[in-house]
Amino acid sequence: MTTTVDDRLSVRTGGLPPELRGFREVQRLSYECAEAVAAQLRPGVTEREAARMQREWLRERGVRDWFHLPFAWFGDRTAFTNFRIPLQFFPTNRKLEPGMPFILDMAPVYQGYTADIGYSGCLGPSPLHDKLLADLEAHRDLLLREVRERRSLREIYEDVERLMVRQGYANRHRAYPFGVIAHKVDRVKERRWSPTAFGFGTQSLKGLASDALHGHREGWSPLWSPYRFSDHPPQPGLWAVEPHLGFRGMGAKFEEILVVTDSKDPEHSAFWLDNDLPHVRRWAEEKAA
Amino acid sequence: MSTRNTGAGSEQTDMGEQAETDERPAPDGRVQADGRAETDERPAPDGRVQADGRAETDERAETDEQAETDGRAETDGRADAVGAVATRTVEPSGIDVGPDEPEETGEFVGATRVEGIAVATSTGWAGTETAGALAGATERWIGTGGVQLCVAELGDRAQPTVVLVHGFPDSKEVWSEVAKRLADRFHVVLYDLRGCGQSSAPKPLRGGYTLEKLTDDFLAVADAVSPDRPVHLVGHDWGSVQGWEFATVKRTEGRIASFTTMSGPCLDHLGMWLRKRAVRPTPRRVGQLFGQGIKSWYVYAFHTPVLPEAMWRGPLAKAWPKLLERVEKTPGRGEPGGDYPTPSLPTDGAHGVWMYRDNVRSRLRRPRTDAYAHVPVQLIHPTGDIFVSEQVFDELELWAPQLTRRSLAAKHWAPRTRPDQISAWIAEFVTTVDEGAAPKEPRATSPYAARFGGQLVLVTGAASGIGRATAFAFAEAGARVVAVDRDTEGAARTAEMARLIGAPQAWGETVDVSDEQAMDKLAHKVAAEYGVVDVLVNNAGIGVSGAFMDTSSEDWQRVLDVNLWGVIHGCRTFGKQMAERGQGGHIVNTASAAAFQPTRMLPAYATSKAAVLMLSECLRAELACKDIGVSAICPGIVNTNITTTTRFVGVDQQEEQRRRTRSTRLYGKRNYPPEKVADAILRAVVRNQAVVPVTPEARGAHLMSRFTPKALRALARLDPKM
Repeated sequence: MTTTVDDRLSVRTGGLPPELRGFREVQRLSYECAEAVAAQLRPGVTEREAARMQREWLRERGVRDWFHLPFAWFGDRTAFTNFRIPLQFFPTNRKLEPGMPFILDMAPVYQGYTADIGYSGCLGPSPLHDKLLADLEAHRDLLLREVRERRSLREIYEDVERLMVRQGYANRHRAYPFGVIAHKVDRVKERRWSPTAFGFGTQSLKGLASDALHGHREGWSPLWSPYRFSDHPPQPGLWAVEPHLGFRGMGAKFEEILVVTDSKDPEHSAFWLDNDLPHVRRWAEEKAA
Repeated sequence: MSTRNTGAGSEQTDMGEQAETDERPAPDGRVQADGRAETDERPAPDGRVQADGRAETDERAETDEQAETDGRAETDGRADAVGAVATRTVEPSGIDVGPDEPEETGEFVGATRVEGIAVATSTGWAGTETAGALAGATERWIGTGGVQLCVAELGDRAQPTVVLVHGFPDSKEVWSEVAKRLADRFHVVLYDLRGCGQSSAPKPLRGGYTLEKLTDDFLAVADAVSPDRPVHLVGHDWGSVQGWEFATVKRTEGRIASFTTMSGPCLDHLGMWLRKRAVRPTPRRVGQLFGQGIKSWYVYAFHTPVLPEAMWRGPLAKAWPKLLERVEKTPGRGEPGGDYPTPSLPTDGAHGVWMYRDNVRSRLRRPRTDAYAHVPVQLIHPTGDIFVSEQVFDELELWAPQLTRRSLAAKHWAPRTRPDQISAWIAEFVTTVDEGAAPKEPRATSPYAARFGGQLVLVTGAASGIGRATAFAFAEAGARVVAVDRDTEGAARTAEMARLIGAPQAWGETVDVSDEQAMDKLAHKVAAEYGVVDVLVNNAGIGVSGAFMDTSSEDWQRVLDVNLWGVIHGCRTFGKQMAERGQGGHIVNTASAAAFQPTRMLPAYATSKAAVLMLSECLRAELACKDIGVSAICPGIVNTNITTTTRFVGVDQQEEQRRRTRSTRLYGKRNYPPEKVADAILRAVVRNQAVVPVTPEARGAHLMSRFTPKALRALARLDPKM
């Protein structure tokens, strides 16, 4: 999907184009789900149970297809400690304990619009977790600024990593398949039957594969990685960006959609789809306090 | 205010248990002393001579020894007392033992009451002031079960009371260094066990040392020094063995607030431990039995009749101070803290053996099965203890549910050799318990928390990479961290994060390690504000790559300044402080795998690191006698930002930048995390390892340098395209 100039104009006039509005709605729905599930987390709840809670919450509200099924990580699994194979991402029977950090990550498809979000929290107060969350703000700013500068994705990736190291953290999005910090999302055709393979919706995978094919021909990739195939300026479209910090067995991330357009105006060449999200509100509150 | 008659005191006050056990034949001496003190300046020491007169019937040799001791004590005591007495008004004792001061009267039991100089008069209590190892303490005698116990007190009596119990063959002076350090925050009480130091011995000795009787003694002391509040108990060696008895029997409940144990297991726990291993032997359990069995050789020896006493009164006592100095590395005569053992050593040894004879066999044969501690317990285990193995405490959590573990690189007589660390841990534990919070494991979750909790660790080059990871690892273990770096912001950030993950305190300091004056200044500042460094990590380093012929003398200068001189300055300043303190410590120098792996790519860097390696080895030899360990860490290829600052010589700037980026990506692909190096550093400190290659390639190169140096030299010729 490529946003047109008309779309941007409508951005300027206040409202989002209908298509972006669809994406924003499903992203909001997802964050609502995350907050609802996070509020129900108690000591003893397992990752599997937390994942099931997300799935059921969204199913009840009409979600039938997924970019990927909901994930839940507790404790040091939030920092992907000792992850070697992708199967380790799937929810386990690990139980939540007081003081444990957790991450809920889901990517529902609703009425053909995809969202992919990540929500970090902690069971009980934790100054360290607060610090990690607060330090994510710099990454959100850095990503947007450098995308607007039209730097190569690989370079931006390295800058984010450098900032993390400077902050004292480890780059944990490196653990994702292909080490991606972001990937493209797009509209998905609604089918009566939407199977998943290894946790990923087949329709979405198909979209990603077709993007990869196009990209391969045109010299870009739908995966934003540290590798050479990402050494190109940002491709217009919707990118689900997920910087993920790790610090000694504690991880924190956010994930939300960054809209990249082909506009010449830097303001509109890239923007976050929605600024009314839990982590953004949290930062604003911290600043106000 | 003045001296007080013992008899009057015990009649008019509510002594509780004390009064029951107190059938005092002793007051004879005391009364006389008091009588005299009322008219002139003779305090307790006289009483002691009297008491010894009693002891005369007991054993000849003892009297001689004792008289000698007392003679000394008397002179000292008198000298002080004169000063004290000169200013005081003497009143008949009955007057201030009035009913208007009931809380006060309960505080002293059957001893002289002389206004000492160091004691706050507001508390209304005083004893004789002592000199020698416990200078400044006030001493008095407490009668219980037919013996007179010599009790010394330091510090403000309004503060929480900490009772220090000594072991065998010791007297209360074994705690003198620790007591001094605790006295500014706590009311510190020490007493000589029956028959040790200046306390009188039970008659007969056989059967006079059962744990039950020792418990009576403790309760008498506790009631006398802190009648209203429970006391914090600290025991070393046999003081700890009986401490376990105090902390686990019913009748002391409410009298003890916490228990810190060192080098002395509970005999009942030990009995169960032995039984468990004997009944269901596995190879490991047999090994543990055997290990502790050998460490306990002297226990069997003490069950021989007569001979041990003869040895203690004869050659052993004579040889003991030298033996302690050589084997246990306690401070020698003339050094600070070298005023130990006291002259009472022969009787301490000769009487003390009865603790073994009266308790060991019976308790090990029939251990109590209900010996659960009813107070929070802090276990301080000196890892170099040659009498008690660590496995004895393996399942201690079963017996002491609120257990805090500490381990200390020290030998058995740690109260003499490590007073700073021990008093710090006691103070922390007592404060935590007193504040009502359930004493938790240190916030830190690291497996090294027992070893590094509360220690001061200084890391150079702590703004990034291995230095930062090391600072964090120590912080996680509960150490106080000083993060030093040229990069102010980075060092501050390291300190900030360190505080969040468990460091009780952390500071960032901006210093260039190659600057000698700045390092001197830092060392002074750290010593003045934070204390003497326990673990020093000289980690700061920079990289230079390129052919020897292309390396300019400035490049050489720079790399040697930071990599070698930085380490030298660190060792000279902080290492010197450590050595002067004389309580051990550890220095870690970050060398490199390049120190033993020659390569044509890194002539300058490898040279500097080889120098660091050799420096560490030499320093290790030199500081071994000071109990300071030195380790050289040789990491290998680790994913840090050293590559982004490395100087590539012999190429233009653009090429240099390209090589930096390329080597950074290569190191990133290798992706060996600095956290693993930090872990190796902590392990090296715990195990006192000399040279530690970390990554597999570093370990391989280390092996090759020893067994196939030619192959390594062949590898050195490789010149990979960058």
